[in-house]
Amino acid sequence: MLRIPCPFCGPRDHAEFTYLGDATVTYPPIDSTDQRAWYEAVYLRDNPRGPHKELWQHVNGCRMWLAVERDTMTHEIKSATAAHPGTRAALAAETAR
Amino acid sequence: MNRYSWFSVLKEGLTGHKGWPRAWRDPEPKPAYDAIVVGGGGHGLSTAYYLARNHGMRNIAVLEKGYLGGGNVGRNTTIVRSNYMLPYSTQFYEFSLKLWENLSHELNYNVMFSQRGQIGLFHSPAARDAAARRANTMRLNDIEAELLSREQLMTMIPHLDYSASARFPILGGILQRRAGTARHDAVAWGYARAADRLGVDLIQNCEVTGILRQGNRVTGVETTRGTILAPKVGLAVAGNTTLLTDMAGLGRMPIESHKLQAFVSEPLKPLLDYVVAFALPGGHFYISQSDKGGLVFGGDLDMYNSYAQKGNLPVVEDVAGCAMALMPCLGRVRLLRHWSGVMDMSMDGSHIISKTAVEGLYLNTGWCYGGFKATPASGWCFASTMAKDEPHELTAAFSLDRFERGLAIDEKGQGPTPNLH
Ligand SMILES: Cc1cc2nc3c(=O)[nH]c(=O)nc-3n(C[C@H](O)[C@H](O)[C@H](O)COP(=O)(O)OP(=O)(O)OC[C@H]3O[C@@H](n4cnc5c(N)ncnc54)[C@H](O)[C@@H]3O)c2cc1C
Ligand SMILES: [Zn+2]
Repeated sequence: MLRIPCPFCGPRDHAEFTYLGDATVTYPPIDSTDQRAWYEAVYLRDNPRGPHKELWQHVNGCRMWLAVERDTMTHEIKSATAAHPGTRAALAAETAR
Repeated sequence: MNRYSWFSVLKEGLTGHKGWPRAWRDPEPKPAYDAIVVGGGGHGLSTAYYLARNHGMRNIAVLEKGYLGGGNVGRNTTIVRSNYMLPYSTQFYEFSLKLWENLSHELNYNVMFSQRGQIGLFHSPAARDAAARRANTMRLNDIEAELLSREQLMTMIPHLDYSASARFPILGGILQRRAGTARHDAVAWGYARAADRLGVDLIQNCEVTGILRQGNRVTGVETTRGTILAPKVGLAVAGNTTLLTDMAGLGRMPIESHKLQAFVSEPLKPLLDYVVAFALPGGHFYISQSDKGGLVFGGDLDMYNSYAQKGNLPVVEDVAGCAMALMPCLGRVRLLRHWSGVMDMSMDGSHIISKTAVEGLYLNTGWCYGGFKATPASGWCFASTMAKDEPHELTAAFSLDRFERGLAIDEKGQGPTPNLH
């Protein structure tokens, strides 16, 4: 069992989470007509053997989206933070208080 | 090297089985070949066999980093069928099934292909409609299919849970009688032996570590056993695809590597005559009984990207739950082994057999859960693509550039989510 250190709930079994995939993918602006950019974002992946930044949602917990750094060969989890930059900043401000 | 026959079995039986020669040679790699196939799984070995048999290419080699058949071909649940929906897939898999039907004779090796029939169960009126539509689609493609009622199923597979309290109430099933199972190791070994007999060098413990290019042409490969030159290189490395395409500088791929687990129970007396499967939100399961009596079964992926050939516990629990929901009589049966393989999951759930942007470099990947049944046709079409440097008509639609051209082949209609195909 993987244990994901949810920044909101603490370490939890990965069975409480669902997996979305590569967190480094960014879509073009919604009104972009750049076919190549859409193709790359929708279909192409780095698929590394080693460190991978990926999105998980804590569906059976706080329901937050997390960006997790995990090794795809050893399954070791390096870090987990809120996926949304705003939430991440708010969390950092909260813990700094 | 001798042919296997009833006569050779009889002769060896009477003389203490001392005269069996080894099944294939263990050659040193030559400095150069006319073509190289990377990956000694089912697809690499069948490709090499058909390159030699159909296209007369004898100065060729298969390079395998471990041992022949140690990858997914030796790890799968061995289901062979051709009950697809989209025309490209239907024609490709039906061609494959026809090759399976003669494979033991073709290879002079008993691959134990058993056309025991595969039954997909349905559990709701909507799923019954979907099954009827699938059966009609198959019939329109000249592939026989039957819809089974709950009563028919009760006589054919009496051990399923037909009770009123069943977790997934069984309404009926769709049957393809010509579907079945084969002995997976024997498929790898049969193709290996037959290719070796045609002069193909099968080189094990030989990991490809680099792909050599001169401008836009491939010229050979770097391996742990030295440099080997060839004007044509075909990649058939399943879950390791991205590592090899990165070496060739092909850019990012529409592929993610995921792991799939499989399970086998202790041997039991004959219990289950068919391959039985079901898929619905909340459960995905397939089971058959091997000739040794073990129940062979599996379910979903572990869902997260992985190159580790080891599975995780939530899927074990999930699959055990599905097994109990379907056949409560399995409750006291012990698990003998369970393992995992690294899958080449593609963005549309279909495979890729294709030329690439690099001349002389060919790609065979994206088999998801279902590449074992494709083994003969994949080798046939990939060999043709490599030998003629043009797509085979059965796999032209499965090109690498289909995603960019908006021509994805998405059987499930799942969208670009590799782990859900
Ligand atoms: C648990 C499980 C259940 C499955 N069930 C079914 C099923 O019921 N029906 C079905 O049709 N399909 C099934 N499949 C899918 C099927 O097994 C695969 O799609 C198919 O075997 C993949 O093709 P292959 O045989 O060539 O792969 P592999 O056997 O994995 O061959 C690839 C080979 O490439 C080698 N390689 C990798 N990198 C290098 C390198 N750098 N240099 C040299 N060699 C290298 C590997 O060592 C490996 O031997 C299942 C798979 C799994 C894991
Ligand atoms: Zn949480």
